[in-house]
Amino acid sequence: MTVAAQPELEDLEVRLLLEGIFRHYGYDFRDYAQASLKRRIRKALQAEQIRTVSALQDAILHDEQAMRRFLDLVTVDVTAMFRDPRLYVAVRTSVIPLIRNEPLIRVWHVGCASGEEVYSMAILLHEEGLLEKTRLYATDLNQSLLDRGKEGIYPLSAMQTHTGNYLAGGGTRAFSEYYAARYDRAQIKPWLKANIVWAQHDLVAGASFNEFHVILCRNVMIYFNRSLQDRVHRLLYESLAPGGVLALGDKESLQFTPHEAGYESLDRREKLFRKRK
Amino acid sequence: MTYALIAIGGSLGSFKVLQVILAALPPTFKVPVVIIVHRERGQEAILAPLVQSHCALPVAEIEDKGRIEPGRIYIAPSDYHVLVEDGTFALSVEAPLHHARPSIDITFESMADYYGRRAIGVILTGTGQDGAQGMAALRQRGGQTVVQTPASAEAPGMPEAAISAGAAGHVLPPEEIGPFLVKLTEERP
Repeated sequence: MTVAAQPELEDLEVRLLLEGIFRHYGYDFRDYAQASLKRRIRKALQAEQIRTVSALQDAILHDEQAMRRFLDLVTVDVTAMFRDPRLYVAVRTSVIPLIRNEPLIRVWHVGCASGEEVYSMAILLHEEGLLEKTRLYATDLNQSLLDRGKEGIYPLSAMQTHTGNYLAGGGTRAFSEYYAARYDRAQIKPWLKANIVWAQHDLVAGASFNEFHVILCRNVMIYFNRSLQDRVHRLLYESLAPGGVLALGDKESLQFTPHEAGYESLDRREKLFRKRK
Repeated sequence: MTYALIAIGGSLGSFKVLQVILAALPPTFKVPVVIIVHRERGQEAILAPLVQSHCALPVAEIEDKGRIEPGRIYIAPSDYHVLVEDGTFALSVEAPLHHARPSIDITFESMADYYGRRAIGVILTGTGQDGAQGMAALRQRGGQTVVQTPASAEAPGMPEAAISAGAAGHVLPPEEIGPFLVKLTEERP
């Protein structure tokens, strides 16, 4: 992948592409962080074997399949069950005691992608005896990712990593209790799925749709520019119950966001914040 | 011209070389430096204090959207790619490139985009070919590029890949890299 010969022209083309996608398909990437988005656009050029961003715009606006492929390129990241095991240890010790006595627990997993981390939280809640009275709302911009999450079928080869993460994340049982192995695939047990609601949701257009005790929004806003980050922070703040917990990615910060003062830090390293009552 | 950012990338065995380079930077060194070292996940907590103990400049770990301040050394966190935008870092968790996250290529490439002639890229010892393509882009945009001599490298793969990609503006042994950076970035009245 190389850089463009005429950077200013490329910038203009990118703006036109994003405007076109927004107007025609409704996906709004206009306030995404530029550097990362440009990289993915260049990847799309390579994958589609197209030379210019203008030509990519032509392909995307006239071909829904090309739009779908572009959406995958922009939204898909590799994840794993119990990714960042230390987070789950922190949730077990710092978050669970705060929500244990709620009559009904609502958890929102923002940008849930293919669902690995949603099932991880479901397993943790099950082990804490709380899954029965919890509703997990798993949302993503990309419907095809949600479909995969809902299915809950993952390569069996990945289970070794997942099991290692599970144990590092404070798991004490046999991880194989949670899936059925069939040929080269692992299928998540149906009872783990019962309390998960999968829904397409766009943070950019974002309206609050419920009040939650826990919101996980990890490494989602790193792809947004400052102004969109601020808007999303407001949405998350408004969607949290007083005393509710926000989990960000471990290299994300609340500093200089509009609601910095509205939270207290619960775990500095794992970026867990509690909304002040 | 004032340089905006120096990025130094390496993998296997690069810490010893980094030590030599950082020791040569005086406390008054103004241009911010970002260090991208391939390693296992979860080791950044070890790396930052280690680098600090060999360096007169303040060392900080990168956070998303953190401002790039003069006179600082930044460490790329493990398991994230580091990109730059106007004056700030932006992190990404897109798939590893050349099996590496952080990938040196990705940082170099975004520096080429945003800083062009005001960027400096350095490739140290390491296996594989990460950094070569990004450094070529950096050079194409007028950035300065420095590669450790393959003969002095514990693992010559990355330096050799950069040289054969035509990306190396200067090829230097470890002890000459620090002084070279100091001289290059000296502001003339």
